[in-house]
Amino acid sequence: MNGIHDMGGMQCMGPIEREENEPAFHETWEGRVFGMFFTNFAEGHFNVDMFRHGIERMGPAEYLETSYYEHWLHSFETLLVERGVLAEGEIEEKIASLREAGG
Amino acid sequence: MAQDHAHNAPPSDTAMRVKALETLLTEKGLLDPAAIDALVDTYENRIGPRNGAKVVARAWTDPEYKKRLMENGTDAIAEFGFSGVQGEDMVVVENTEDVHNIVVCTLCSCYPWPTLGLPPIWFKSAPYRARTVIDPRGVLEEFGVELSEDIEVRVWDSNAELRYLVLPQRPAGTEGMSEDELAALVSRDSMIGTALADAPAG
Repeated sequence: MNGIHDMGGMQCMGPIEREENEPAFHETWEGRVFGMFFTNFAEGHFNVDMFRHGIERMGPAEYLETSYYEHWLHSFETLLVERGVLAEGEIEEKIASLREAGG
Repeated sequence: MAQDHAHNAPPSDTAMRVKALETLLTEKGLLDPAAIDALVDTYENRIGPRNGAKVVARAWTDPEYKKRLMENGTDAIAEFGFSGVQGEDMVVVENTEDVHNIVVCTLCSCYPWPTLGLPPIWFKSAPYRARTVIDPRGVLEEFGVELSEDIEVRVWDSNAELRYLVLPQRPAGTEGMSEDELAALVSRDSMIGTALADAPAG
């Protein structure tokens, strides 16, 4: 599938920004998303190709504007709703209830 | 990325979204948070480029091992116990006097986790993914690697099944060094191909 993810050969993306002594995860939530890849996989909700396709189906502007593990999160949400594991809107409801309970 | 926010700041929208997802999956009995704790610990503390460096140092010192490594990277790397997720099918490419290899994943972030750990952000970034296949010498210069024009540059585009590890050239002046001493000269970037192995101190 041709899409924004197919970046080989694109020009004008700017310099490559490097970080010395980079940690494995920059934010705690990134590690949680990383771990969920394995648990979702183990539960049989999707395979690695479906997971990648979930990222590749992102809108091009959103793809470029969001970070690597946000791509993963996006794919999880797409696939878990499509597989009927989560209902549409269930995450938003949970966010609201977590916020009510004080974060 | 905001590294300096106060610890009592409210969680970001993304952090909250992740927390909601983890909570939901836990409540449904589909996720054990302790399993995620263990995975995070493994990739933060146990799996990283020191693994790959051991493979390279062995290949530099043991011709029989190097032969096995070039013939069947996956099996030879597994001799160290480095195997599993994202390292199921490994190909080792060797730098020589005439050839320099560099690895990219243009489509996403494919990377040999058992030998190098998780990829740095630059490896997953749009500029690196876009430019490495069209201007590899320019990318190498940006990383401080200047190769003479008569050295062939080979670019390897990883995919979901196949992962590459660059076997850098053994630096001059390292005769008689032990495997451990040699491994210390092998940086992560030298096994991606965006650096050469370090020269020995002194």
